[in-house]
Amino acid sequence: MTHQSVLPGKIRGGFRALRMDGVSRRFGSTTALDRLDLTIEGGEFIALLGPSGCGKSTALNCLAGLLPLTGGSIWLDDERIDPLPPEKRGFGMVFQNYALFPHLPVRGNVGFGLAVRGIPKPEMARRVDEALALVELSDQADKLPGRLSGGQQQRVAIARAIVIRPRLVLMDEPLSNLDAKLRLQMRTEIRRLHQSLGLTTVYVTHDQEEALALADRVVVLRHGLVEQIGSPEQVYTYPVNTYVAGFMGYRNLLELPVIAHEGGRVILAEPGLRLIGVAQEPFGGPTAVAAIRPDDFRVGAGQANAIRVTVEVAEFHGREMAVEG
Amino acid sequence: MAATGAARVVLRHRLAERGIDRVLLLLVPAVLVLVLLFLYPMLYGVGLSLQPRAGGGVLANYQAFFRDSYQSSTVWKTMRLALPAALVNVGASVPIAYRLRGRFRGRRPLTAILVLPVTLGTVLVADGLLRYLGPKGWFNRVLLDIGLVHEPIRLIYNYWGVLFSLLITGFPFAFLLVLSYMSGIDPTLERAAATLGAGPWQRVRHITLPLLTPGLATTFILAFVLAFSVFPSANLVGEPANETRVMAIAAYQAAFEKYDYSMAATIAVLMGVFELLVIVLVLLWCGRLYTGSTGGKGA
Repeated sequence: MTHQSVLPGKIRGGFRALRMDGVSRRFGSTTALDRLDLTIEGGEFIALLGPSGCGKSTALNCLAGLLPLTGGSIWLDDERIDPLPPEKRGFGMVFQNYALFPHLPVRGNVGFGLAVRGIPKPEMARRVDEALALVELSDQADKLPGRLSGGQQQRVAIARAIVIRPRLVLMDEPLSNLDAKLRLQMRTEIRRLHQSLGLTTVYVTHDQEEALALADRVVVLRHGLVEQIGSPEQVYTYPVNTYVAGFMGYRNLLELPVIAHEGGRVILAEPGLRLIGVAQEPFGGPTAVAAIRPDDFRVGAGQANAIRVTVEVAEFHGREMAVEG
Repeated sequence: MAATGAARVVLRHRLAERGIDRVLLLLVPAVLVLVLLFLYPMLYGVGLSLQPRAGGGVLANYQAFFRDSYQSSTVWKTMRLALPAALVNVGASVPIAYRLRGRFRGRRPLTAILVLPVTLGTVLVADGLLRYLGPKGWFNRVLLDIGLVHEPIRLIYNYWGVLFSLLITGFPFAFLLVLSYMSGIDPTLERAAATLGAGPWQRVRHITLPLLTPGLATTFILAFVLAFSVFPSANLVGEPANETRVMAIAAYQAAFEKYDYSMAATIAVLMGVFELLVIVLVLLWCGRLYTGSTGGKGA
């Protein structure tokens, strides 16, 4: 056991705050990431969410040091880290394709980061065993990665990233290559690891469910720009615009004329249709978009806030049916 | 009628289960070429080598070869050229291929320039070397002018001339092979190693090189075999009577100067044996290495 003085304000993540200050990255004439400002607190789990090409992976690679910035700076407390090469940052990274070293057994993969740091053999063996036990792979330690299943490979990749006790863990769509069942399992696993180890984590995904389930805060990106930053509850319940709303499962977006608004209450109407809702952002034009989540619909014959539809496509989803009309 | 048709289908399915189907016919041309142009001449040559012109038992030619130091020294003279040439060509290819892997502007023209010597004939290269490395050539003139040497150094009509010629003609092959092996390694692996704290040299040493080594061994074998059969440059820029009297020259002299086809066949067979020896050693060493997937495309 090493004695580590617990400084006031210094929490489990090993730093107080990581600050991204106007971080930008251009590729030729396209801007992949445009002046991202984000402060991550020690111990926090942040999800970067958006479709492919929104800049989320670019942001992660900039954090890791794998991509040089074309503008802005990154600060870890008072230390500027963006000029540092990746090997000097002490961040652990989990890649989408796992990137396990195919010629090294599981033990060699997990121990790699310790070996290059010159950690003595006995301590290395102990820490590797510990990490493998944490991801429940102790019995696979001597196999080559090619002999493991996708889920096992991903767990090796996670063990390899956390065994170096990183100041920050970066995960680039780590679950997207797994099948649906395994994905749910690993999601829980990642959450469990985060809660027990308290590692500050930045997690990139295009799956809003994953982001909402895992993160303390979600950063929604589009075309390299931040659309919204907030807790899962905030972005889910109060999306700031239709883009975020669409991403958060408001699958019904209806643009309708505004006939009256007072305070936050808005009435939208069209012949045969009249909706009353609450405004989420200021609007000026003659029309507004009503965003309605599928699970908020009730099938019935009521008059208020009712939409008459003819069913055209119906999909069976177990307890629900997806209906298009 | 219908019954025999069904039986035929059953038979065809049985055969297909064992991998026997019409696609097998695609192998016919290759098998024909192999038998007519390789297998038969090789066996004929081996047979010929066992029938010495002067008699004295089936192995008389082989005994004569090793007893006569003028003949047996050709083995060492050929190895002395082929081994360093193959080693240097493979070794020089690695850093260049490492830099040229992946996509960037100017990769194509650069690769083209590096591969260009393939299109030059050995004779052309030999002629160029005679002028360039000769006592009045550029190379010596530059050395003399900057005062590094006081008289021209001899680089032609000896060992060095042949070695340079082997390096020039052999490099493109080695480079192209190494480049394709290098491109087969997933670049994410080095990025992963970097995030784990490995510096540039550690990444090469622990990730790229181990994954590349089986490819390097294959490349070395091919480069070595190519250099081992050196003949024109050993004559043109070497000293074929002495220092660069390689096995191919000895075989040529036996066949076309002494008209002893049996002895020529013996030397040819021995060339094959010595090449095989080196190949087996390399493969044995290689068998202890990881040779599976390297993660990249085309791996």
